[in-house]
Amino acid sequence: MAPLLTVEDLRVTFPTRRGPSEVVRGVSFTLGRERLGIVGESGSGKSQTGRAILGLTPPPGVMTAKRLEFDGIDLRRATPAQWRSLRGARLSMVMQDPKFSLNPTMTIGRQLTEMLRFHARMSAAEKQRAALAMLEAVQIRDPDRVFRAYPHELSGGMGQRAMIAMMLVTEPDLLIADEPTSALDVTVQVEVLRILDRLVRDRGMGLIFISHDLRLVGSFCDRVLVMYAGRVVEELKAGDLDKATHPYTRGLMNCLPQIDRDIRPLPVLKRDEAWAR
Amino acid sequence: MTETLLETRDLDVTFRRGRDRVPAVRDVSIAVTRGESYGIVGESGSGKSTVLRAICGLAPVSGGQILLDGAPIPDPRDAAFYRRVQMVFQDPYASLHPRHTIDRVLSEPLAIHGFDRREERIEQALAEVGLGEGFRFRYPHQLSGGQRQRVSVARALILEPQVLLLDEPTSALDASIQAEVLNLLDRIRTERGLTYVMVSHDLAVVAHMCDRLMVMQHGRMVEELTRDQLRGRAAATDYTRQLLQASKGYTPAA
Ligand SMILES: Nc1ncnc2c1ncn2[C@@H]1O[C@H](COP(=O)(O)OP(=O)(O)O)[C@@H](O)[C@H]1O
Ligand SMILES: Nc1ncnc2c1ncn2[C@@H]1O[C@H](COP(=O)(O)OP(=O)(O)O)[C@@H](O)[C@H]1O
Ligand SMILES: [Mg+2]
Ligand SMILES: [Mg+2]
Repeated sequence: MAPLLTVEDLRVTFPTRRGPSEVVRGVSFTLGRERLGIVGESGSGKSQTGRAILGLTPPPGVMTAKRLEFDGIDLRRATPAQWRSLRGARLSMVMQDPKFSLNPTMTIGRQLTEMLRFHARMSAAEKQRAALAMLEAVQIRDPDRVFRAYPHELSGGMGQRAMIAMMLVTEPDLLIADEPTSALDVTVQVEVLRILDRLVRDRGMGLIFISHDLRLVGSFCDRVLVMYAGRVVEELKAGDLDKATHPYTRGLMNCLPQIDRDIRPLPVLKRDEAWAR
Repeated sequence: MTETLLETRDLDVTFRRGRDRVPAVRDVSIAVTRGESYGIVGESGSGKSTVLRAICGLAPVSGGQILLDGAPIPDPRDAAFYRRVQMVFQDPYASLHPRHTIDRVLSEPLAIHGFDRREERIEQALAEVGLGEGFRFRYPHQLSGGQRQRVSVARALILEPQVLLLDEPTSALDASIQAEVLNLLDRIRTERGLTYVMVSHDLAVVAHMCDRLMVMQHGRMVEELTRDQLRGRAAATDYTRQLLQASKGYTPAA
C-alpha cells in the first residue's frame, strides 16, 4: 500500500542577520495509517517540521523538499485553492497553543460547523449534530453549553479539548498534533490520547504526534523519530526506545527521574558537536 | 525526636474575584521537619502554588495559621522572614526583570538586607549554581531557560535562607536541563542542610527530590505519603493511584 504521506529531504530556512539559518535540515520519512511520534528538545525543529508539511511555514521562512506527497498530491505545487480544500478537511493540525487556534469572537459551535463548510452535502442540522457528537467524543460533559460558549468562557483543559474537536470534526486523513496534551492534566491527557488512538484504529487516520515527552510518546506511538538540531538522528519502534543506540536518545531517556529507581545524581546529557553535523 | 521547622495549621486561602469568593486552599495542615524535603503534587488548579504563596505572604490567608520554628509568622512578612525563607518560581522567563543584569539581580537583595562582602557573595553564588563570571553582566534574554533558572536559584540562596520554597522549578525546562537543575538543588540541600518545600505536577520529580509528599486536589489535601510508600505504590486513595497510573504514560483501555 502506498504511504499516506512521503517526506523527502524537507528543509526550512529563516533569514537572519547572520545569514540564512536552516532549522529543519533534510528530514525524510513516510507515514502510513499509524501513530508516528516526533520527539526532541525545544528548538530541535519539531513544530517547524509539522507546519512545513501543511504549508504553514511562517514568512519569511522558506520550505523546500525533494518530495512532499500526500495521498498522491504533490504538496509543494499545491495552489492556494487546493490548500483550502485540503487543510481542515483532509489535513489537520492541532497547534501547540490553543490560544492561537481558537477564534475569540466566535462561539465554539460556530467554529466547529465552519470547519465543515467544505462538506457541501451536509445540511446545517447535520453539521450541528456532527459538531455536538465530536464535543461529546472529546469527553466534554456538557456539549450543548460548550457549543454555545465563547473560548474565554472555557477553562484551559476544556479549550484544548474544544480545539481537538475542531481538528477532528472533519475526520481528516492526516492529523498533525503538536504537543496537543502538554497543557492538560495527566488524567485528561489520557482521555484525549484514547480519542486519537480510536481515530487511528477505527478510521485509519494517520497521526503525527509531536511531543517533548519521551515516556508519553514511547507508550502511545507506533514509531518514533528523534530530532536534534533540525535533523532526525534516530528512528525507532516506540517500544524499543529503551534500546535506542544514538547517544542523544539514550541521554534523554536516562536523565528522566523515575519513581522506581533512585539514581543520584541524575545522569546528565553530554552533547557532542558531531550530532548536529 | 524530629523538629518541625515550617508548619501550616488548617490553612485556608480565599481569593475574591469581583463578588465571587474562590476558595483555593482548604484545611491544609503540613509539618515540615528541619532539613527535610517535602513535596506537593496535584493537577493544575489544585492549590499547590497558593500554599507556597500563602507562606510567603503573597496570597490572602482566610483561616488557619502558618508557623516558623513554632512561632506564628508576622503579617506582613518582615525582612527577617525573607532572610530565612526564599521562593523560586516556575517560569524563569517571567521571574527575572528583563532590564536588570544578573549582577543587579543578585546585588539588590544583598543591599536590601545589609549584607557585607557583596562582591565575594555574588561570585560565590554564581559559582555555586555553575555559572561562571562571564554571566555576571549579562541580561536575562542573553541566557537560556536553564541558565535563568540557575540565576533564580542563586538569587534565592544568596541570603543564606534555611527554607527554599520551589514552585515547579523545572517544569518549563527540557528534560536534560531539568536533570541539571534537580542535581544542583539536591547537592545544595545536602551541603547546606536546607529545608525544601517543592511543588510539582510530576510525580517522578517529587519522588526523586522529596522525602515526603502531600497530594492535593480541589484545594484540599488528599493524602500524605513517604517516598518509600510512593515507590511501593502504597497509595491510600483512588486519586493518587490514578496519578501513579498516568505517570507511566499511555496504557490502552482494557
Ligand atoms: N519564525 C521564526 N523565525 C526564525 N526562527 C524561527 C522561527 N520559528 C522557529 N524558529 C527557530 O527554528 C528552530 C526550531 O523551532 P521549532 O520547530 O519551533 O522547535 P521545537 O518545536 O522542536 O521546539 C528554533 O531554533 C527556533 O528558534
Ligand atoms: N490571584 C488569584 N486570583 C484569583 N484566583 C486565583 C489566584 N491565584 C490562584 N487562583 C485560583 O486558585 C486555585 C488554585 O490555584 P493554584 O494554587 O495556582 O493551583 P496549582 O498551583 O495547583 O496549579 C485555582 O482555582 C486558581 O484559579
Ligand atoms: Mg514546538
Ligand atoms: Mg502552580
